[in-house]
Amino acid sequence: MSEILLKIDGKEVKAGEGMTVYEAAKSAGILIPTLCHHEKLTPYGACRICTVEVETAGRKRLVAACVYPVEPGMVVSTRSEKVDRTRKVILEELLAHAPDSEDLRRLAQEYGADADRFEKEPVFCILCGLCVRYCSEIKRKYAVGFSDRGPKREIIFIPEVASRECWDCKECFELCPTSYVQAAYVLAEALAFPGRTGVSPPEE
Amino acid sequence: MPRIQSPAELEKFREDILAGRDPQKPCIAVCTGTGCIALGATEVVAALKREIKKQGLETAVDVKVDIRETGCPGFCERGPVVVIYPEEICYLQVKPEDAGEILAETILAGKVIDRLLYADPVSGDKSVRESDVPFYRNQTRLLIGNNIKLNPKSIEDYLALGGYTALVKVLTGMEPEQVVGLVKDSNLRGRGGAGFPAGKKWEFARKSPGDTKYVVVNADEGDPGAFMDRALLEGNPHAVLEGLLIGAYAIGAHEGFLYVRQEYPLAVENVTLAILAAGELGLLGKDILGSGFDFSVKVHRGAGAFVCGEETALLRSLEGKPGEPSARPPYPAVKGLWGRPTNINNVETWANVPLIINRGSDFFTKIGTEKSKGTKIFSLVGKVKNTGLVEVPMGITLRDIIYKIGGGIPGDKKFKAVQTGGPSGGCIPAEYLDMGVDFDELAKVGAIMGSGGMIVMDEDTCMVDVARYFLNFLSDESCGKCTPCREGIRQMLKILTDISRGKGREGDIELLEALAETTRDASLCALGGSAPNPVLSTIRYFKEEYEAHIKEKRCPAFVCKDLISYYIDPDKCSACMICLRKCPVDAILGGKKRIHVIDQEKCTSCGTCFEVCPPRFGAVRRLSGEPVPPPIPEEARTLAGESKRQ
Ligand SMILES: Cc1cc2nc3c(=O)[nH]c(=O)nc-3n(C[C@H](O)[C@H](O)[C@H](O)COP(=O)(O)O)c2cc1C
Ligand code: SF4
Ligand code: SF4
Ligand code: SF4
Ligand code: FES
Repeated sequence: MSEILLKIDGKEVKAGEGMTVYEAAKSAGILIPTLCHHEKLTPYGACRICTVEVETAGRKRLVAACVYPVEPGMVVSTRSEKVDRTRKVILEELLAHAPDSEDLRRLAQEYGADADRFEKEPVFCILCGLCVRYCSEIKRKYAVGFSDRGPKREIIFIPEVASRECWDCKECFELCPTSYVQAAYVLAEALAFPGRTGVSPPEE
Repeated sequence: MPRIQSPAELEKFREDILAGRDPQKPCIAVCTGTGCIALGATEVVAALKREIKKQGLETAVDVKVDIRETGCPGFCERGPVVVIYPEEICYLQVKPEDAGEILAETILAGKVIDRLLYADPVSGDKSVRESDVPFYRNQTRLLIGNNIKLNPKSIEDYLALGGYTALVKVLTGMEPEQVVGLVKDSNLRGRGGAGFPAGKKWEFARKSPGDTKYVVVNADEGDPGAFMDRALLEGNPHAVLEGLLIGAYAIGAHEGFLYVRQEYPLAVENVTLAILAAGELGLLGKDILGSGFDFSVKVHRGAGAFVCGEETALLRSLEGKPGEPSARPPYPAVKGLWGRPTNINNVETWANVPLIINRGSDFFTKIGTEKSKGTKIFSLVGKVKNTGLVEVPMGITLRDIIYKIGGGIPGDKKFKAVQTGGPSGGCIPAEYLDMGVDFDELAKVGAIMGSGGMIVMDEDTCMVDVARYFLNFLSDESCGKCTPCREGIRQMLKILTDISRGKGREGDIELLEALAETTRDASLCALGGSAPNPVLSTIRYFKEEYEAHIKEKRCPAFVCKDLISYYIDPDKCSACMICLRKCPVDAILGGKKRIHVIDQEKCTSCGTCFEVCPPRFGAVRRLSGEPVPPPIPEEARTLAGESKRQ
């Protein structure tokens, strides 16, 4: 594998071909915040909190570090004014939905995000897709998925599958940055398969 | 018909077709594209066929006049469109009742029917030939001009017009690299939105390692109001197929897909027939024309979402997965359909390819501007006299499109802005009317070429409302995957809605700008990347309108219902009772000889009374940003003496 040389926050970094900017930065000890990223899962590039500014051939633009591959000679800044401003707005947008998320609150402090900038519409989920991807890619159960699109997008448990598979798994619960997935599961359970609580296997 | 095995056999076949045709024989071409069918073209064709029999123009051995059912020539607004050859007489808004006269007068007696001609709305001057109609005269119809000349269901018609000569040229005398080189030299830029150079993209796909490669036609055309791709695919499907075949040869692909928007049944039908016909003749399949080149193509019906037109979403949808955009790189040229190198182009891009091969890159680069070559088809709609599809050279001014071709703004209204590029395009104000239209110039003024939507707006348009309208569309169409697009559009739409309802706050414009910046620069795909255009361009050129809404609670164009009131001027009201009867919510109090008064609590600001109050009274006033005067007291409402004022 050929080596790629790039600059991240002024530091010369050597990266392998096919590595993402996030991975290259991490290898150099520069941590870029993520919300929808998970090492074991296919990169998704949805939350955009990992946005960084790159310069190639004299052109500056924003890219998502968790999906963008390194290029030779690329100049990356992970904390430019523009990056910080962008992350701040993204956090404020997400905090309108998940005001209590620990991860979001911690980041909000770092970026000076105002949790009250936008009117609260607490739906708790930030649609990072970790639960959906974990269930389909690692567990291969497809018990939870997305429905609808745009601002109406949400995660849903497929009752037929969830009632069979989730009770002794629940591994996605810890991944969730807002603990919504647990709430959604409990709700689905109450509505669609009552009586099948987390402690006993479903009756056949 | 057995498969044609060689270019020579194809030329023989073409000569036979031409030998069997007499160019002087009268032919009535009737547009049977989706637009004209909706206006009754099918009945016109049926009536013409009946009349041919009735007037004895059909004998056992011969029909003295041909009828050709064609695709859309663009002037749908005046459909059904009929063009009579060889004279090229153009009749508009033809009805079935006109059929007898057309045959008796025009075909048999050689006379032009004045009534059916295009008449200039100002001078009344008539245009006889199609090419004299101002709507067409000022266009350069290299692509769409062929539609009226052929029946899209007939491969013979396409061959008679020189169809598939570009394919022969490529298969017999050009290496794939030469084809890529020629397309690069032509500077053809993609017509689907971003304007990426087609030749460069082909080169990436060609050089991309892999044995299996694909070519795809993007015919998802999701922009509301745009229908150039439909017109091309419906009206001249073989041109798109020929372009695709040439691209496949150049790239090294042996399989292609046409992704056609769900709502385009006639396009699907015509292109499917075209594929069958081309397959039977040997222009598709194995060893095409004995060249050793194999190629097959399938039609796929779209999933019905706007975002499925985005290339990565489209490819996922073709694979049978949810149509959601994914991060690029990897680009489709490297990792496309089922992970293989894939070249995807828009319908209009593909349709340009045979033209470039046949006439050379020099011909093509002579048309247009320095960086945008050739023609572009626009869908001209909104407040213009002539609406429809217009094909113009790149670089033409907005003024020429709107005034020379479009005939100007109806009803002596003033031009206010033109929105180009579909729902995520930008609004361009009057000061740029003399700007040349091409990819880069549009971008400079905050608009985009997009797929070529062009909506003309007059002085009665509220620009805040326009921005709100498009953001509302985009909010429904965002896939919701990434934060800046999903949340940015949600918040921008909320603010715009508030502003238009009189709930705008100090700082809203700045907030919109901050949201727009994040949405534009940090979104995953170009839907989010371009979604702020309607907001940013209206703020840029019409900021005072935003401020009027926010600070004075005033809608200068009298569009935002929550900000306008209607008031009957007691000095002018003649108690004619017209508005009182027409008000849909019975909000008008009054009676015979009683001055009318609007109950502001009940009034929904629908504007009916304003419209119906006779101009000689002109008693109803629109108010915005100012208080409604108190109603005149009950006792003062009786009109003295004469029942009506003069
Ligand atoms: C939201 C969205 C919708 C799109 N819809 C279409 C479409 O309907 N037709 C099209 O040709 N391109 C569409 N595109 C552009 C495609 O992604 C892609 O750029 C195009 O097919 C490339 O072809 P071209 O280079 O010939 O223009 C869309 C892009 C976005 C972001
Ligand atoms: S429930 Fe949690 S893990 Fe699942 S998408 Fe929502 S925020 Fe992410
Ligand atoms: S920009 Fe919008 S449409 Fe594109 S991936 Fe993000 S949410 Fe989906
Ligand atoms: S504006 Fe409409 S609702 Fe109001 S008084 Fe006039 S007609 Fe009635
Ligand atoms: S962590 Fe990169 S987009 Fe979410």
